[in-house]
Amino acid sequence: MSTDTRAAVTVNRRSSAPRPPQVGVQSTAGDKAVGITSHVVMAIWSLVVILPMLWTLLGSFKTTKEIFASPFGLPASWNLDNYISAWVENNFGGMFLNTVIVVGVALVSVMILGAMCAYVLARFSVPGSRIIYYLMLAGLTFPVFLAIVPLFMILQNMQLLGSLFGLIITYVAFALPFTVFFLFSFFKSLSYEIQEAAYMDGASEWRTFFTVMLPMAKPGMAAVAIMNFLGLWNQFLLPVALNPEKDNWVLSQGMAAYASSAGYALDFGQMFAAVMITIIPVLIVYVLFQRQLQGSVAQGTSK
Amino acid sequence: MSNSTVSGGPGLETAAVVAAEAGRRRSLRLGGRKLTFDYVSFLLVFLGLPLAIFLIFVISPFAQALYYASTNWTGFSDTMDFVGVDNYVRLLNDPTFLQAMRNNIVLALVVPLITIVIALIFASMITVGGPSHGQVRGLKGSSFYRVISFFPYVIPAIVIAILWNMIYTPSGGLLNGVLGLFGVTDQPSWLGDERTAMGATIFVIVWSMVGFYMILFIAAIKGIPAETLEAARIDGAGRWRTVTSILLPQIRDNVQTAYIYLGIMALDAFVYMAGLNSTGGPGNSTLVMSQYLYRTAFEKGQFGLATAMGVVLAIITLLFAALIIGVFRLIGGKDEGGRS
Repeated sequence: MSTDTRAAVTVNRRSSAPRPPQVGVQSTAGDKAVGITSHVVMAIWSLVVILPMLWTLLGSFKTTKEIFASPFGLPASWNLDNYISAWVENNFGGMFLNTVIVVGVALVSVMILGAMCAYVLARFSVPGSRIIYYLMLAGLTFPVFLAIVPLFMILQNMQLLGSLFGLIITYVAFALPFTVFFLFSFFKSLSYEIQEAAYMDGASEWRTFFTVMLPMAKPGMAAVAIMNFLGLWNQFLLPVALNPEKDNWVLSQGMAAYASSAGYALDFGQMFAAVMITIIPVLIVYVLFQRQLQGSVAQGTSK
Repeated sequence: MSNSTVSGGPGLETAAVVAAEAGRRRSLRLGGRKLTFDYVSFLLVFLGLPLAIFLIFVISPFAQALYYASTNWTGFSDTMDFVGVDNYVRLLNDPTFLQAMRNNIVLALVVPLITIVIALIFASMITVGGPSHGQVRGLKGSSFYRVISFFPYVIPAIVIAILWNMIYTPSGGLLNGVLGLFGVTDQPSWLGDERTAMGATIFVIVWSMVGFYMILFIAAIKGIPAETLEAARIDGAGRWRTVTSILLPQIRDNVQTAYIYLGIMALDAFVYMAGLNSTGGPGNSTLVMSQYLYRTAFEKGQFGLATAMGVVLAIITLLFAALIIGVFRLIGGKDEGGRS
């Protein structure tokens, strides 16, 4: 377990470790040139990334007329009109709720199911585990577009098409291979002595997993949960193809429908507000878990 | 993130696969277990339940697709005739589909190339851009750049696409507003013009991906033993030499993975196109196969034909991955030959 924790933070710790002070060494002119060029290039790129965000934030408080008048002008009055009309009139509030339900339930389900599956595959010798491994690999590799039409019919035959439950179970199914692959190595690395000790104390298989093994896999679970949250919150194709019921729309498909239905007559102010509504939850997750997120990307490459 | 894959990011998935591969080598067997109620119920729920969901909703659609692709099924009628390879013949004679395929191939070749080159330049600047004496050091204050650059990765791709659609709006959009500040009066209509639509689209995808791969490459570069970099420095290697002779060969595998994932994502590209130009752009200049597939299936109801497109897309995806692996093996061989 300690190795997992370490892996998740290595990069950050290494980069923030205090450097030994360099005494009495002058920077050469070449150093300065490279340093300045690097800073200038990175600063320009940062601007290219941030500017659209600021423009959106600013625009979400402006009227469409103000937006078209000048891209950089400040709004005449700072109010939440755009947010309120996006939330109420265009039902982004309802879609927000749907998204929270679908992503929340799917995330919890896929984490539990994925952990259980990974645990069995990693620590028990079950016949056919090799086949399961290749099936999961196929699930990761093939484009979802290959499956989308048959999937549509399967859900329709099960009367699940357009229902939140149908969407949830599809999310779970498609997020499962990634979750299992990632957690597999975590469960593999946990101590066997502790598992044996739990059996000795008379714990059942169920109890051993939920009270002993699962808590030990926490660092791995956290990393996968963050990635899954972003992946599911940002999911687009599955809801667009499988969730035609307007009352059950999630944010991503609602955004796309709103943007394309109105065309150039679009209410930009409301559109900006809707964009902010969609971004704010991932923004919060990003700010809170920024270190872990970059850490888990780094960790993914370490082996 | 690869937008059709539900979870995680590009690269991460392969990383998970690699990790799993490494882990599966030492498998400790917990002995012959008695089939008690506890153990059987445990296996049924722990393995059976997730597998059942996975088989029904992921594997079975993939398998069915291969069959549907050779029928003339319309989805809503009961009749379904077996037509063999007719669907594929039809696709290869459909100029719109061929155009979409060409656009996809352009995207799959250009997007990864630009993204990786930029990400590598940024990653090198941040990791070895520091002073050339003493320890090999990175750029000061680089954590700020990393936090900012990574940000687009977490924004939903559809939001990115819609956002840039607004930025590209000919009048009132941010881009032409900025151009106006610099006194540029000949302002293009970006997505509305056949000449600029594809380029503008490629820029958006690159914009959203560079930060992620930059972080990935930075992590890979930090994984190179410090001794190797020190040794190169003592031997008198400058920054450029360090990057080309030490960094690049050492992180070749990461670059290859990145190339494959970016390519797979560009072969899909559905979500970006849906937000930027949902109709396929002027003269179908940004139409991609996934968009055409979606339209054929869910607007025209030609399910058999649409599934055949899915099969073509899957085949191109696998061919692309094989091609990249082959090319990188070739480059790798040359590298080693040169060094010895």
